[in-house]
Amino acid sequence: MTDFIDIAALDDIPRQGARVVKTPLGCIAIFRTADDQVFALEDRCPHKGGPLSEGIVHGSQVTCPLHGWVFDMATGLAQGADEGAVRSFAARTEGGRVLLDAAFMARRSAA
Amino acid sequence: MAEKLVIIGAGMASGRMLEHLLEAAPGQFDVTLFNGEPRGNYNRLMLSPVLSGEKTYEQIVTHDDAWYAANGVTCRFGEAVVRIDRDRKVVVSKGGETAYDKLVIATGSAPFIIPVAGKELPGVVTYRDLEDTNAMIAAARPGASAVVIGGGLLGLEAAAGMAARGASVTVIHLMGHLMERQLDPAAGYLLQKDLERRGITVHCKGATKAILGTDRAEAVLLEDGTVYPADLVCMAVGIRPETRLANDAHLEVGRGVVVDDQMMTSDPSIFALGECVEHDRQLFGLVAPLYDQAKVLARALIGEAAAFRPVQTATKLKVTGVDLFSAGDFAEGPGREDIVFRDPGRGIYKRLILEGDRLLGAVMYGDTADGSYFFDLIKQGKDVSDLRETLIFGPAFAGGSKADPLAAVAALPPEAEICGCNGVCKGKIVQAIEGGATSLDAIRATTKASASCGTCTGLVEQVLQLTLGADFVLPTVQTLCKCTDHTHEDVRRLIKSMGLKSIPAVMQELGWKTVGGCASCRPALNYYLLADWPLDYQDDRQSRFVNERNHANIQKDGSYTVVPRMWGGLTTPDELRAIADAAEKYAVPMVKVTGGQRIDLVGVRKEDLPAIWSDLNAAGMVSGHAYSKGLRTVKTCIGSQFCRFGTQDSTGLGVKLEKLLWGSWTPAKVKLGVSGCPRNCAEATCKDIGVICVDSGYQISVAGAAGLEVKETELLMTVATEEEAMEVIAAFTQLYRENARYLHRIYKWVAKVGLDWCKDQMADPDTRRALYDRFMISQSVYQKDPWAEHAATPAEWAPIADLTLRAAE
Repeated sequence: MTDFIDIAALDDIPRQGARVVKTPLGCIAIFRTADDQVFALEDRCPHKGGPLSEGIVHGSQVTCPLHGWVFDMATGLAQGADEGAVRSFAARTEGGRVLLDAAFMARRSAA
Repeated sequence: MAEKLVIIGAGMASGRMLEHLLEAAPGQFDVTLFNGEPRGNYNRLMLSPVLSGEKTYEQIVTHDDAWYAANGVTCRFGEAVVRIDRDRKVVVSKGGETAYDKLVIATGSAPFIIPVAGKELPGVVTYRDLEDTNAMIAAARPGASAVVIGGGLLGLEAAAGMAARGASVTVIHLMGHLMERQLDPAAGYLLQKDLERRGITVHCKGATKAILGTDRAEAVLLEDGTVYPADLVCMAVGIRPETRLANDAHLEVGRGVVVDDQMMTSDPSIFALGECVEHDRQLFGLVAPLYDQAKVLARALIGEAAAFRPVQTATKLKVTGVDLFSAGDFAEGPGREDIVFRDPGRGIYKRLILEGDRLLGAVMYGDTADGSYFFDLIKQGKDVSDLRETLIFGPAFAGGSKADPLAAVAALPPEAEICGCNGVCKGKIVQAIEGGATSLDAIRATTKASASCGTCTGLVEQVLQLTLGADFVLPTVQTLCKCTDHTHEDVRRLIKSMGLKSIPAVMQELGWKTVGGCASCRPALNYYLLADWPLDYQDDRQSRFVNERNHANIQKDGSYTVVPRMWGGLTTPDELRAIADAAEKYAVPMVKVTGGQRIDLVGVRKEDLPAIWSDLNAAGMVSGHAYSKGLRTVKTCIGSQFCRFGTQDSTGLGVKLEKLLWGSWTPAKVKLGVSGCPRNCAEATCKDIGVICVDSGYQISVAGAAGLEVKETELLMTVATEEEAMEVIAAFTQLYRENARYLHRIYKWVAKVGLDWCKDQMADPDTRRALYDRFMISQSVYQKDPWAEHAATPAEWAPIADLTLRAAE
């Protein structure tokens, strides 16, 4: 089940940057690429917990600010020699607004 | 018994059709081939190289007598068919009647003759067949003059061909610019310039009024009164399908002979193909669709299923040295958009025409290397919305095939400066190489290029490689990052010599292999651009590491440190009170005195940063840039004001230096120390730049380190006054800013370029002053307190949304 909720205006997120959404499960980083795609990842690098929202966004990848792990924002998978993944969430834009699939919260409250 | 197949016209389309037919069903047909021209099929597209002398007629013949004989084709060349009798199924020519079971009309097209006085004079030709070509070759002797009417594809090829043979050629074109169906005015202008460089006169907006002459053409008169002398006049204003035979036979004819998908006319025994047909209200002038028609017709004749579907076509102007490519549809229309790239300096023009997500057409001038890539996208009707932003830069930028790493250097004009130290341009280096200097050392010895600081070594090597080709083996180099084949030094130099002023421009011009770079190259490029173009470049915050983007050092738990500037390590009770208040108000978990003589508030939450900065700003403090690749601190000792050993006011000089240098961005962090006497209490001799005060003045030493490596500074120079000390230090900082590789501390950079070179720069008063002035220009932009700037927008530092409340609902 999907449960897309309105988070913010796309323009509130800088291009090649990110903003953070607070959730009961911790922070989620919402990224905006140079070509206005949006991605949502858990804001916690699986390596040492670095805030991915503060990383440099290049193409559809982000580099963790603490130790340089690189993640594909579409899949959450670590790139190159590093192994690991960060949880990813569905996000999209509609009429200049950013929508996040909050089904993960519903599942938790149902459990 | 073989069916009787009669073909009228031995052109490229019918020739190709015969090949298919004879291969698929040899012997099924008894073929008779009529042709008005007294010869068989040749590659008409290649008439232009014949005209210009690059090819001979023999080289462009596709089917010779032997081929026709071997395939049993009865040839009736030089014998025009004058009538088709559909009822009796015969064609009539001067040799009598020839019966057919199936008939193919391939009469092609006829050149359009503009109806002006003198159009029948000898010396007026069109550009259609070998006779026309030979007439032009005969006329285009050196010293002769020729006029071409029509500045389209064919007319320009005729003009260039005759000019190549030495004739003085004028092109008269009715429209405002050449090739107006393929090019817009700017590209037409580039083309005109190219042609004019070949000695061709171009007269646009020229309407022909009459061709003058008594026994033969002598001149062309335009409506505006201009007269161009002409021993030969070539009319190349367009073509129209040759439909007279079909018309007379009462076949369905529109603009051309109407055919269906199987190339069948309104008579089921009669087919047509080539430039004479009209299919789905469309005419065809280019060879690719004609070949498709040939394939379809061959199959239709032997009863196989096939249907003609016109595809997009591409054209190239066959004029040696003019690089022009066009493909697809260029017509303007609602919902169509253009992407245009122009580089007038290099004579490059590219235009893409899009409709929705699809690429419809492409026009390129000067650089047509990506033509087939665009043509593919057009033919496939591929969704290009993902590529759109960088589409015009072709596959190299789209992450497709690898770009040539030498392309950027190859594109530099001869006057582009390669070696900044010695002012050596590319042309001079090429000259030296051609004169026998075929190694780096030899070039250093003859031109001095790369003989000083050495940062242009990579570029000199690339010029060597370009000039010598395979004879020069490039030493392996460390590239800036995996996104590029260039080194840091090459990128820096090319940013300057090519005038690149944005990150996308650098990535495009230097052939970056990734989209958007990576976390290594983006901060480096951002630094190089802001250092080289302080007044033009807009700092890109998203290309900075987190600490510089947030103006605070991130800690392992995601909290930050806040360090206010204490000029020269001096503070006041008021400042200390404000710091103490802030530490309490924001529950700062650790307050620490740093090695740079100031106070560090450690563990501040990101959303509190704007408020704590605002509080410290209110007490008169600004950011200490404790996070930056820039000026950090100027450490001082007590100096002559209080110390019994002090020789100069070291504290005062430290404060002045910090006020001069703060806010500047540098390749890596810069720390200074000023000691009031050689006892060196400020530990100035292990700083990036250190000053030791002595009775006679100030000893300025540089390139110390006390981090991963420990290294004592080396003396740069000794000066007598504070003013001189400040100018030397700012100038040296600028020298470092302009020349070092990103992330190299001063000691690493000096080790590369040599202290002697740095000393030479500082010793020359003009060079030093110019460096100082450039530093101050940069400071006029970048010396500003980031705290004040960002404290004004606290919302940007907080979470953008809070779903914890929603979950609780």
